[in-house]
Amino acid sequence: MRVHRLSQAAALCGMIAGLAMTPMAAGAQESKDPIIIALHDWTGQHITSHIAGDLLKAKGYKVEYVTIDYLTGLTAMENGDVTVMTELWATTAGDAMKASDATGKTEKLGALGPAAKEEWWYPLYMKEKCPGLPDWKALLKCGEAFSAPETAPKGRYLGMEATWGGHDPERIEALGLPFVAVDAGTESAMFAELKSAYERKAPIMLWVYSPHWVPSVFEGEWVQFPEYDAACYTDPKWGINPDKAFDCGKPYGDIFKYTSAETKKKWPGAYEVLKKLKIDGGELNLMVKEVDVDGKKLDEVVAAYVAKHKGEY
Amino acid sequence: MSDVALQQGRLHLRLPAGWIVAVLVALAVLVPYAAPQTFAWAKAYPATWIVPVSDWLKAFLYWLARDLTFGLFTFKEMTRFISSLFGYALAVPKAVFSTGITFGDEDGAFHIPRVSWAGLIAAVTVWSYMLGGLRLAVLGFVGFAYILVFGQWDSAMVTLSQVLLAVLCGVAGGIGLGILAFRVPRLEGAVVATLDFMQTVPTFAYLVPLVFLVGVGPVSGMLATILYAMPPMVRVTMMALKRVPPELDELARMTGCQPRQVLWKVLVPSARDDLLVGVNQVIMLTLNMIIIAAMIGAGGLGFDVLNALRQANGLGKGLEAGLAVVALAIVLDRMSRALVELRPVHGAAAQHRRRLFWAGLAALIGFTLLSFAFPALESLPPEWRITTGSMWSDVVSWVNINLFSTADALRTFLLIYILVPVKTFLIGFPWVGLLAVVAGGAWSLGGWRFALGMTALIAFIPVAGLWERGMTTIYLCSISVVIASLIGLPLGFLGSRSERMHKFLGAMCDTLQTLPSFVYLLPVVMLFRIGDVSALVAIVLYAMVPAIRFTDHGLRRVPPSLQEAGTMAGCTGMQRLAKVELPYALPEIMLGVNQVIMMALSMLVISSFVGTNDLGKQIQVAISQADPGKGLSAGLAIAFLGILADRMIGRWVAARRERMGF
Repeated sequence: MRVHRLSQAAALCGMIAGLAMTPMAAGAQESKDPIIIALHDWTGQHITSHIAGDLLKAKGYKVEYVTIDYLTGLTAMENGDVTVMTELWATTAGDAMKASDATGKTEKLGALGPAAKEEWWYPLYMKEKCPGLPDWKALLKCGEAFSAPETAPKGRYLGMEATWGGHDPERIEALGLPFVAVDAGTESAMFAELKSAYERKAPIMLWVYSPHWVPSVFEGEWVQFPEYDAACYTDPKWGINPDKAFDCGKPYGDIFKYTSAETKKKWPGAYEVLKKLKIDGGELNLMVKEVDVDGKKLDEVVAAYVAKHKGEY
Repeated sequence: MSDVALQQGRLHLRLPAGWIVAVLVALAVLVPYAAPQTFAWAKAYPATWIVPVSDWLKAFLYWLARDLTFGLFTFKEMTRFISSLFGYALAVPKAVFSTGITFGDEDGAFHIPRVSWAGLIAAVTVWSYMLGGLRLAVLGFVGFAYILVFGQWDSAMVTLSQVLLAVLCGVAGGIGLGILAFRVPRLEGAVVATLDFMQTVPTFAYLVPLVFLVGVGPVSGMLATILYAMPPMVRVTMMALKRVPPELDELARMTGCQPRQVLWKVLVPSARDDLLVGVNQVIMLTLNMIIIAAMIGAGGLGFDVLNALRQANGLGKGLEAGLAVVALAIVLDRMSRALVELRPVHGAAAQHRRRLFWAGLAALIGFTLLSFAFPALESLPPEWRITTGSMWSDVVSWVNINLFSTADALRTFLLIYILVPVKTFLIGFPWVGLLAVVAGGAWSLGGWRFALGMTALIAFIPVAGLWERGMTTIYLCSISVVIASLIGLPLGFLGSRSERMHKFLGAMCDTLQTLPSFVYLLPVVMLFRIGDVSALVAIVLYAMVPAIRFTDHGLRRVPPSLQEAGTMAGCTGMQRLAKVELPYALPEIMLGVNQVIMMALSMLVISSFVGTNDLGKQIQVAISQADPGKGLSAGLAIAFLGILADRMIGRWVAARRERMGF
């Protein structure tokens, strides 16, 4: 515990309550307040956050981490409780980002680097039971192969509709897939079931995203749906089903960095670092695997990365 | 239900009214089935009648957080100020237990170490010995040593510092509120109602508003914990003060005490034992909250559990951290319980006790001072720590490969023959019918006014547009309660018959209640897959504890004289159980069942983590969408269900006790 931590609560309180009133030498002076980085519930994000944190610490800033739910983080940032979020995925947080942009209290800092991919995924051994994969048309005949007692004869697809969105029930209807979307509740539970099924070579179809450890631990593939287009989600006429929207795959795209709108003035140097921050997708995937699968310490993995890339900032 | 109404009606000599109510209930249930066209509005609640409660709640909270102002400062500034006070307070135990104090930022800066692990283990052991003898000392030593050698110390100390402060605040606040309610009888009703409410609204429901008003981090985690853990302390204080014999109060007045002196010098000290029971409760509830508090940034062991379970082979790590929570909980619980039972002693024994206390403190300070010289005493070097590695993952994999087909057969059976039919039936049940059934039942137990109140509670579910999720909740909870009772009651019976079984069940119950349910949820998911069956297993495991405890306790309390009377009247063992002991213990057992219901309701959010679509799900969604209105309205619905069950069972137990002449 650093002694001046004691004063941080008060400083933070003042910062939130009366930012407008706090006199601040415009631009020239860097604030002594800590920069608060949000941690969510996946390892990749912990790595990117700690990389950002280490880079800022190297420049002499005080950094604190706080654990908070993914989308709640943006609300907290609007309230001034969080300064930096390193990963907001275009795939899942699109609406939340738009809403937050509208408040003017947060600033989009551009893309982090890795491309987000989220789609229906199956273990490779399922290819035998459902010939024709990864093309999605093969699924039209494969409901039975992916079924469970309560969904039979339809297939069972594990998603996270309630918390991640994804429009899978609509997709199933629009494409006429013989599947039922089952909400897994949490990622931990979903991948526990994947592990269980994989060990027994049992049928399973579920939502997997990348960067993540799952594609590097389990052999499998993503289903290839008709490619996503913005019009597909809004315009029923688009795509193979003329009456329904969502007749395509999930969006993929960039992962964005966000910071509080105050950062630019308050910590100009930190703002520059965050703006520049770029992490290669492949490299990130490797780091995720090192931590989650090989059991290396996160701090060590991050330190190695920062040592290698420090010169760039 | 109409049968009950009938019997009760006859009992109260209100035969005609009983008949009328029974017929009305039957009509309300059957007519919507018989004429689905004409009475469509009575079967499925019309969407246009839904009152947008969650939107109102959301608007209200936004207003609180953004617009409410008291002139000089806004509401938000006030909550932030309060939370910053807690932040200061937390800095103290955090520095003592978890981080130490460092002056300056540089690497070689002067550092006052935190409390040494050796010192803390020694102190806990010595103090446990002082409080409860050798057995407790061994328990304290093993518990804390486990935390140390399995490398959980750092996180455990973060958790411990928060727990200590939360317990302090919970106890102080609880006693304060309790005294206030005791002193100002007009407030008592309001306080009791608030308590009922605080204890039944799932903690999750107020996490989102809390994040909104206070922000994220250890402080809001702690505030949520205090909100959850304080109610029993208030209740215990109120009850304890009432139970102080009036003679004592009079004596104090006669000796010329000021009202304040009466309170602090006479009433509170003589209620000491009861108050300590409350402290014990606060400690247990605080430890229950570790995982949930970690979801809004409390860190510590809770964070470790959540984080480990997301990793590829994290099951073992999660279990190790989860068991550290158990160790912490059991040691603190036993120590505080021993404190309750500690009798004052005099003379040599008192001196011995004092000496032990100072010895523990000396060890604590001594080892901490030593750690200036030996840093290994501040933090155990990593190479001395051990871990079970992937052992637990391997065990679970083995079970998965070898036992899955059995589990799957059980799952399919449960789903097809019990769960799905009940669920379909309940969701399709006419809402007017549900209201009528509740009203009829409540009427037979407590008359018109009671019936009106209970009906209003259940009406919230359709009116707020929560029908499907609400009925799913009722379905999951009622089936879990039935199964938990079917398992728990016989176990409790066995426990009441044999001392060894009693001890075994006690240890099992402690573990089930303190081990974060998330830890055993994942193996359960691997065997029973995502869905209602896994949720059912998790709820049953957690909720059967009170069924066991209350049955055991209730049967043990049957007076020996009564048992002998039974034997003398020529009862066989079986007859004595059925005709004497069970009827005598039934009220107590029903209170256990009541607790089972409460526990089942409190597990709802956890069950939504494995893919149920109940009110807990609504709260989970609300958290991830940061929509405080949605979460609160679902929380209210759960609270109302809890209050409903509690009041109905309470009435029944009271009536039954009256009839047996207590």
